[in-house]
Formats: sequence, C-alpha cells, structure tokens
Amino acid sequence: MRGILIVSHSAKLAEGLHDLLQEIVSQVPIHYVGGLETGEIGTTYDRIMEAAEASPADELYVFYDLGSAKMNLEMVQETLDKTLILSPAAMVEGAFVAATLISANADNKAIEKQLKPLGIK
Amino acid sequence: MPLMPPLKRLRGKRMDLGLARQWMDAWFEQLNAQKSYLSELDNPIGDGDHGINMARGANAAKDALADKEIPDLNTLFKTIAMALLSKVGGASGPLYGSIFLAFAKASANHDTLDYAQILALLNAGKDALMSRGKAEVGEKTMVDVWVPFTEQFADHAPSKDDVDALVEATKPLKATKGRAAYLGDRSIGHIDPGSMSTGYLFKALLDVLDS
Ligand SMILES: Nc1ncnc2c1ncn2[C@@H]1O[C@H](COP(=O)(O)OP(=O)(O)O)[C@@H](O)[C@H]1O
Ligand SMILES: [Mg+2]
Repeated sequence: MRGILIVSHSAKLAEGLHDLLQEIVSQVPIHYVGGLETGEIGTTYDRIMEAAEASPADELYVFYDLGSAKMNLEMVQETLDKTLILSPAAMVEGAFVAATLISANADNKAIEKQLKPLGIK
Repeated sequence: MPLMPPLKRLRGKRMDLGLARQWMDAWFEQLNAQKSYLSELDNPIGDGDHGINMARGANAAKDALADKEIPDLNTLFKTIAMALLSKVGGASGPLYGSIFLAFAKASANHDTLDYAQILALLNAGKDALMSRGKAEVGEKTMVDVWVPFTEQFADHAPSKDDVDALVEATKPLKATKGRAAYLGDRSIGHIDPGSMSTGYLFKALLDVLDS
C-alpha cells in the first residue's frame, strides 16, 4: 500500500498540510510529523521513525521542508523496513500531486513524472 | 624528572573508557556553558538555535549515560549518538549522531585506543559526517574543522590554539551548505556555529590526552 509522509520543522505546518490533503483524498494514508516532542521547532530521527512506522503503507512518498529533515529522513530510510521515496518537490504542491495521483491509482512512474517539475531541492 | 614536551605526552597516551568519559563530560559541560554563545553565532547566519540544540543534546546524553550501565567505549559512543539523534532537533542532530555512531563502530572490540586508533576513530567520524551532510571543505560547515584537524592530528599533535585558528578560519568563508547557504554572500564574516561546537569537542580531546 502507498501513502504519504509529511515531515516539517513545525507542528502546525505539518498538521495544516495533512488537513488540507485529507480533505481531498480521505482514503490515502497520510501521516505527518512536525517539530519536537516539546513543541519546539526542529526534526529528529526518532519522531520521523515513529510516524513512518505508524503508517499502514509500506511505500511512502515523503515531502519535507528544510535541511535537517532530509538528513534525518535519510537515516530513517537506511534503517526502516519500508520504501521511503524522498521527494525534492515543494512540500505543499508535491504532497498534493502525490496524494491525488495515489488516490487515482496512478503508477509510480506517472507520479514521478508529475513531481519532477515541482523539484526545488 | 624532565618535563615531557606536550607532543610526546599526547602521543604516548591511551584512551580507555574513563578517559573517553572525561572527554565527553568536558564537551557536554562546555556545550552547556557556551549555550548562549553558540546560539548567538547561529543568529546572523542561521536560526539562532545551535546552542539550544547542542545543550539539549548534551543533557539528554548525560541522562542516558547516567541511566545505563556503560561497559565499554562502543556502548558509550552509541548511547551518546542515540541521545543526540533523538533530542538535538537541528541539522547538527543527524550530523553529530552519525559521527558518534561511527565512533561506536570504530571503537567496538577495543578496551583502549592508542594514538593511531584515536586518529582512526576521528577519521571514521569525519567520513560519516561528510557522507551524511554531503559537504566538502570550504562550504562553511563543521567539515572545515573536521578535515584539517584530522590531518593535523595525523601529522603532529595539534594544540588548542590550532583548533581555535581552524574555527576562526570559517569566518571569511561563504556558506554553500546548510541553512546559512540561503544567505549567500551575507554569510561571509561570521564564524560557523557548528565549527565552534566541533572546536569544543577537539579541545576537550586535547585536554584529556594531555592530562
Ligand atoms: N550539510 C552539512 N554538512 C556539514 N555540516 C553541516 C551541514 N549543514 C549544517 N551543518 C552544520 O550544522 C550547523 C548548524 O546546526 P544547527 O543550528 O543545530 O542546525 P539547523 O541548521 O538545522 O538549525 C552549522 O553551523 C554547520 O556547521
Ligand atoms: Mg540552527
């Protein structure tokens, strides 16, 4: 099963994007993690791992914001037994495109093609 | 008894678990003491949180070490790595986390490390840092202290002044990696905060080796 994972430095940003997507595609599993457990700004390996594990999907399209998110994600990618596709697309637009295409049953190739022009990282 | 020159003293010293813990404790203490200064350095070229991040990580590592039996160097470095990974919250989390995981691997099955093995440990940390962050020398990151320091360590025992000079040398660089890269030319003229926290790590090492 395919799903979406959102990783942001900010809890509100992650949650907001999750809500936005959920509105459009209720049947695609969308998980998110934002900020530290204390509510402060940042990302950690542990919290990303938890969110990725919580998703019922075994293949996750991942959209993230700034630098440390990517490095932590790469560490999770190396240790977690799921496929994490880290997308360089702009977080909001990329997650929107992937969610709608997953929901429309598009194959990964088609999704990647649509994501490509949104790449900013 | 004639005084041995510092270089000789350094070179003859072995690192056992006790010395490694002294090294780490001294670093944690310094990160706490310099918390506001490190964040101040992160203000003009980042988001002003490097000191907060590192102090949070140092305290988490201290707690983790206090909670657990630490039988060897491998467990020491691994425990620190996991604490930094779970608590630091900035780019320095996965970077120092990867460094300490590499330290753990390099020290596995060793009760003590001689000078060459300490060098191998540092080189393993440097390699892990560079493969995690994908930064090269000259991009105004902690790599600019790790690379020349390990070279100096291989070649002669560097002094704490040498470390200070390496940290200071990040000032004129223009950042092309990390958050500071968004600032372009405006990153010039400021010391890189991660290089400063790395400088503390290396100075604490020289202190314990020379004690
Ligand atoms: N790609 C990278 N490679 C090596 N070091 C990096 C990289 N990105 C950032 N750094 C180091 O991390 C430091 C910033 O750490 P910190 O402020 O804790 O994280 P953040 O930038 O996420 O706020 C920088 O001063 C720099 O030395
Ligand atoms: Mg910062």
